[in-house]
Amino acid sequence: MAEKKISVMDKIREAGKSITSGVAEEDIKYWVTIHIMGKAYRVPADLTIMQAIEYAGYRLIRSCGCRAGFCGACSTVFRRKGEYKLQTAMACQTRVEDGMFLVQIPFSPAEKPLYDVKNEELESSVILKYFPEVARCVSCNTCTKACPQDLEVMDYVQAALKGDFKAIADGSFECIQCGLCAIRCPAEIVQYHMAQFARRMYGIYGTPREKNVEKRVEEIKSGKFDKEFQRVMSLSLAELKRIYTEQQNTREVY
Amino acid sequence: MAELELIGGYPAYMRESIKLVEKTRSRRIGKLPPQMTPQEREEILNLCHPDYAPGGKRAIKVGPNAGDIAPNEVVDLLEAYPLIEPNQIDLSRIDYEIDVLIIGGGLAGTSAALLANDSGIPANKILLTNKLRHGDANSMMAQGGTQAADRPNDSPVIHYIDALGGGHFANKPDVLRALVEDAPTVIKWLEELGALFDKDADGNFVELTGGGTSRRRMHACADYTGMEELRVLRDEFRNREIPVLEFYPAIELLTDEENKVVGAILWNMETEEYKVVKSKATILATGGFGRLHIRGFPTTNHYGATCDGVVLAYRAGAKLRDVDTVQYHPTGAAYPQQIIGLLLTEKLRTSGAQPVNKDGEEFVFPLEPRDVESSAFIRECYIRNKGITTPTGMKGIWLDTPLIDIINGEGCTEKSFPAMVRMFKRFGIDMVKDPVLVFPTLHYQNGGVETDPQGRTNIEGLFVAGEVSGGVHGKNRLMGNSTLDCMVFGRRAGIYSAEYVRKGVKIGKPGLKHVEKYLKMLKDAGINTERRSPILLPDYRGKAVLARMIDIF
Repeated sequence: MAEKKISVMDKIREAGKSITSGVAEEDIKYWVTIHIMGKAYRVPADLTIMQAIEYAGYRLIRSCGCRAGFCGACSTVFRRKGEYKLQTAMACQTRVEDGMFLVQIPFSPAEKPLYDVKNEELESSVILKYFPEVARCVSCNTCTKACPQDLEVMDYVQAALKGDFKAIADGSFECIQCGLCAIRCPAEIVQYHMAQFARRMYGIYGTPREKNVEKRVEEIKSGKFDKEFQRVMSLSLAELKRIYTEQQNTREVY
Repeated sequence: MAELELIGGYPAYMRESIKLVEKTRSRRIGKLPPQMTPQEREEILNLCHPDYAPGGKRAIKVGPNAGDIAPNEVVDLLEAYPLIEPNQIDLSRIDYEIDVLIIGGGLAGTSAALLANDSGIPANKILLTNKLRHGDANSMMAQGGTQAADRPNDSPVIHYIDALGGGHFANKPDVLRALVEDAPTVIKWLEELGALFDKDADGNFVELTGGGTSRRRMHACADYTGMEELRVLRDEFRNREIPVLEFYPAIELLTDEENKVVGAILWNMETEEYKVVKSKATILATGGFGRLHIRGFPTTNHYGATCDGVVLAYRAGAKLRDVDTVQYHPTGAAYPQQIIGLLLTEKLRTSGAQPVNKDGEEFVFPLEPRDVESSAFIRECYIRNKGITTPTGMKGIWLDTPLIDIINGEGCTEKSFPAMVRMFKRFGIDMVKDPVLVFPTLHYQNGGVETDPQGRTNIEGLFVAGEVSGGVHGKNRLMGNSTLDCMVFGRRAGIYSAEYVRKGVKIGKPGLKHVEKYLKMLKDAGINTERRSPILLPDYRGKAVLARMIDIF
């Protein structure tokens, strides 16, 4: 029995080894050539840009974060062979393509204004107060084209001019704050900082407070559950196990 | 380029298996396999869980937990030499002299900074240091939600029992009580700071269950919950102008003559210069150890999740607990190659997605606690041989995601799971129409530095919060309790470190005596190794390049 268990774990280790301990050349069938900051490297075709940069020998400090598309650290600008257009992408979420020329953007030097959301009011002028550049938007749509999340960035910038906080919140909610929009914007707008401010304003002033949670906080403060906690915390392990099983059997499923 | 031909992202043989999944789909709607009994759970854990399978762990030889069992990868770091020699460091020049040093800028560290500030520590007496950028943390990647028992049919006591059972009754009771009793306060706090939680037309939270939770209490922001929570808190932090350092990991704690922790040595990853921080209180919020790839598993974790905090605290004499258990999330991506190991939130199963094998058969209740669910997947793939093998040799089972739209109405998947849909779309797969392939992935450090309800450790001056800590989750954490842990104990560490400072703690000269002592222990225990820790980052460079690399510049 013990032997069998070990072999399962060994099989799992073997199956995942290219991800956990680096790619070995003999396992690779398909290759492409990419140009990292102008230098050509032959890399496995199956990799993301990030994995390929590492395969080529770079140890990342900047331009690498969550490795899963949530943190916006690995902004990458690239151009495909024979094309004039610059593309943008997250290196951890984009597969390499033969002939691509690429560079990672380690930092976005945008300024974030300081504010205290508790002392503001939900009116359209408040956005321009902190982000006057928004008024310079020329509707060129470059921000939208640069967004690796495929958000309609220009639309929420336009919504900001109208003071439509809900539209900004909805349009920008999935923003990972990578900064590519701001870097490409000819009007020097910092879209992602503006959207952060607008979302918070909308959350605080544009949506009603939830009632259940307010009530529960008060109940806990007033000690409503203290007795029940004392009782439960003094139960024997066997009793706790019984209650737990009962609770699991009466669970809300969906 | 002669590459493998794909149809909608999958090779033809995987398509054949998908057809079988489609065939059984209508029969499976609304019919779930029964939950396992406690005995059945025990049996499958013993059969298939990586924590229970022999060969992965050993006893720690030195330090406060000598004799305790931990994964080999963790023991390797505890039984390793420091990155610096104590006499290399000039401690006569102090670069920062402050009240509260916070190491790590995820949800825990950021919450700690805000509450220390709220509790009377001025911004310029706080310093938040990050190994990478502020916000580079597993928190940012949390998808499913945050638990808080706030609905009328729920209570903190029910939440307590769920977490206790899920944790195999090993949780520290007073710490767990703090977690569940603070939970509603945390949600209210976030809401008041402007976080946008999912709400229904009446303005009530939309709340779902998770594996092992008996009530609907998961508060979500689509599948970007952690990102929304953290970016709101970080924005608040920035507006208060609390000093922050980035790309400055702590490489060692500092202790005074009484072995109180009184700061840390930070190291600029780019210029390689060190800085000395003298601080009255120090909060470790460095996260977990997913990037150690325990037992060779892929991971959902952030690049920086390398166990640094546990290593540093242990050298200073802090006690650990429950580090023997590792959480494997049942649904990591197993295909395509580019995203192996990445998280597919538990909320997918909460919303109706079912795990099925290569023949399209259901084989497990979809919402067992994570350790049980993962074990069932491993059994299906490696013992019953009912998994699907990918072109790169991984095995996985199908997560039948098209059920989500069928059960909840068209458009539900895109609305509730924009991050997931986007990720698969980037690699040519439409998870609204096709199932996705999953296999357990290394997800969470269940234990860590032992904490009390105030975030204190057994070492004076050292506080912990979030994944680096141990005690609150026992031997297995439930979904939605990690972001909660970060914020509850981040807040508490902020509050109680401020109190500790306000009470007028007298600290001595910062030193590295504890490191010298630890070095001696390693030598006395006969540990001769080249290993050094903390490792700061994993190394994924290609093997061929490493073989020909020379260090001459």
